[in-house]
Amino acid sequence: MMSKIVRTITNLFTPFIFMFGLYVIIHGHITPGGGFQGGAVFASGIALLIVAFNSKKVQKHLKEHHLSIIESSGALMFIGLAFAGLAFTFFFNILIGSPIFGQIPPEGSNPGFIWTAGVIPLMNIAVGLKVIAGLSAIVLVMALSSSNVRIEE
Amino acid sequence: MQSLIIHSPILAIAIPLLAAFLTPLIGKFSSKARDIVVIVALAVTEFLVLILARDIYASGLHVYTLGALSPTLATPENFMIPVRIVLEVDAMSVFMGIISATVALAAAIYSISFMKRETGGTKFYTLLLLLTVGMIGLEFTGDLFNMFIFLEILSISGAALAGFRIRYADAIEGGFKYLVISAIGALVVLFAVGIFYGQYNLLNIAALAKVMQYTSLDQLALVLLIMAFGMKLASVPMHMWAPDTYSVAPAGTTPMIYVASQACLYALIRICFTLYGVTMNTSTIGWIIIVLGVLSMFIGVTVAVKQTDIKRLMAYHAISQSGYMLLGIGVGIAVLADPVALAAYGKTAISGGIFHIVNNALYKGLLFLTAEALFFSLGTRDLNKMGGMARNMKYTTIFFIIGALAISGIPPFNGFTSKLMIYESVYQFSPLLAVIAMLVSILTLASFTKAFQSAFTGPALPQYNNVKEVPKPMLIGMGILAVLIVFFSLFPNLVVNTIVNPATDSLINQAGYISSVMGGL
Repeated sequence: MMSKIVRTITNLFTPFIFMFGLYVIIHGHITPGGGFQGGAVFASGIALLIVAFNSKKVQKHLKEHHLSIIESSGALMFIGLAFAGLAFTFFFNILIGSPIFGQIPPEGSNPGFIWTAGVIPLMNIAVGLKVIAGLSAIVLVMALSSSNVRIEE
Repeated sequence: MQSLIIHSPILAIAIPLLAAFLTPLIGKFSSKARDIVVIVALAVTEFLVLILARDIYASGLHVYTLGALSPTLATPENFMIPVRIVLEVDAMSVFMGIISATVALAAAIYSISFMKRETGGTKFYTLLLLLTVGMIGLEFTGDLFNMFIFLEILSISGAALAGFRIRYADAIEGGFKYLVISAIGALVVLFAVGIFYGQYNLLNIAALAKVMQYTSLDQLALVLLIMAFGMKLASVPMHMWAPDTYSVAPAGTTPMIYVASQACLYALIRICFTLYGVTMNTSTIGWIIIVLGVLSMFIGVTVAVKQTDIKRLMAYHAISQSGYMLLGIGVGIAVLADPVALAAYGKTAISGGIFHIVNNALYKGLLFLTAEALFFSLGTRDLNKMGGMARNMKYTTIFFIIGALAISGIPPFNGFTSKLMIYESVYQFSPLLAVIAMLVSILTLASFTKAFQSAFTGPALPQYNNVKEVPKPMLIGMGILAVLIVFFSLFPNLVVNTIVNPATDSLINQAGYISSVMGGL
């Protein structure tokens, strides 16, 4: 566990890091970034928590077991969206024109319409989930094993 | 059914991928259900590849465009070039796909009882399925960048599988070597892809082949690609990783990692024949591949003769057998620009090389599995510590005999047929090469006689009195491969005419490959 100053600053910062990570994931289709980048930002918040408090304390709230379930679900959601287009071809964008993310933006420069791009934002969210869970699990397991905690399979 | 055939190229990649992500979830509840999911997924993949193959032999190659309105719409409206991810499956791709799917299925069945002794089975199956995805993807893709992606999937899952039994120090070493070699290979491939993209703004193989200029940058890219895939194929002098990796990989995965190397051979063939074709200096490139082949053949087998570790011995034979394929294909490339020689013996040489890929995947896979069965029962891979196992393990002995006779090219086994095709055609190209190939075959027989004699014959050893035959799933896994070997041995004509010759024809038919994606452009 680190000093009180570090812990206080971490407490202040992590909500913003998480929020920024989620922002990058959700706006992946209209701004630079996407599922992987946002997920990495989010996981870096978890890494900050592990450094500031110790890994055992973080582990009480964040089990590897649950993380691996989230990770697999993210991957399944991604490939499920790809399978959904199979009436035309694999990866076909079925949501274009539908009420969910189906809007087609006007041509030319615009402030960015979030309700567009069909399955791409959903795929960003799926990748985001997978990366958040995967990277957090990696950081957590590495921190735990460097503090000599036995990790079950 | 018709729509299943249309979608089968992507489904053969997507279904193992789906299963790979399902297994960690299902594995949390029941390990039996997980095993069933793995086997079913691989069986479905095998089925999809087979129906796809049937359709390709009947009606020509398949193009599948991901995300398009219809699968054959490779070039979108208002575009002059294919911009989407395109899968292009011709007779050669599907030939390799059949091999990968079959070996993966046999390996997974073989692994079931083996994995009961190990922990972390869920991760093992996820990696095994991802390795299958990597192989089939590498073989089906029509796009150079995706080739790199699938190469990475194949390499990382292969390295993790090779180092799976981390309680053994040599397993970590083998896995790590494979990882380093693969990472270097993949980066070199990426660099070559970057060269193409910088010059032509294209990544699609067919589109690139159409505009290929063979500039000095293209020559550089060709050298990089041959080097990278030659390294993954473990051709001498880039073979140092193979014995370490093959000898430590657990259970059914050794044949799979070996077939993954053959998938890299496919990538090499595809690049030489389709991407470059006759634009390159065929006789020089052909001779380079021939020299790599002869070196692999000869050095592989001479080192193998003196090995005492049974899996290392087989790993060196694997290197040596890859030499035959490189020799056959190299001769084919060397005469690619000469239609008379190509018709006279070039096509036979290519067919021989390609036929040797499937034969080798079968008998080498079988031999690796029998070696692993010995390790499973005895706990040692050292030939000097074995003896008299034919008394305890009847079926394994029979499977070993089948595999050993086939690899040594004893008639009527399938190894003989493909080697004969290579000898005949290579003799017309250069007699000396054929003589070396025959010599290597004799040395192969010698070293397998030694391995058989020390493992299976001789007096019964007291410390192995209680050794029993391996469990049924392992026998089934070996049995699948053994039955296929016997079938290939009995009907070589049928096999060559139905699956090998179409593959050769499709390789030579560069124009057909290009026009099916580029259409009239």
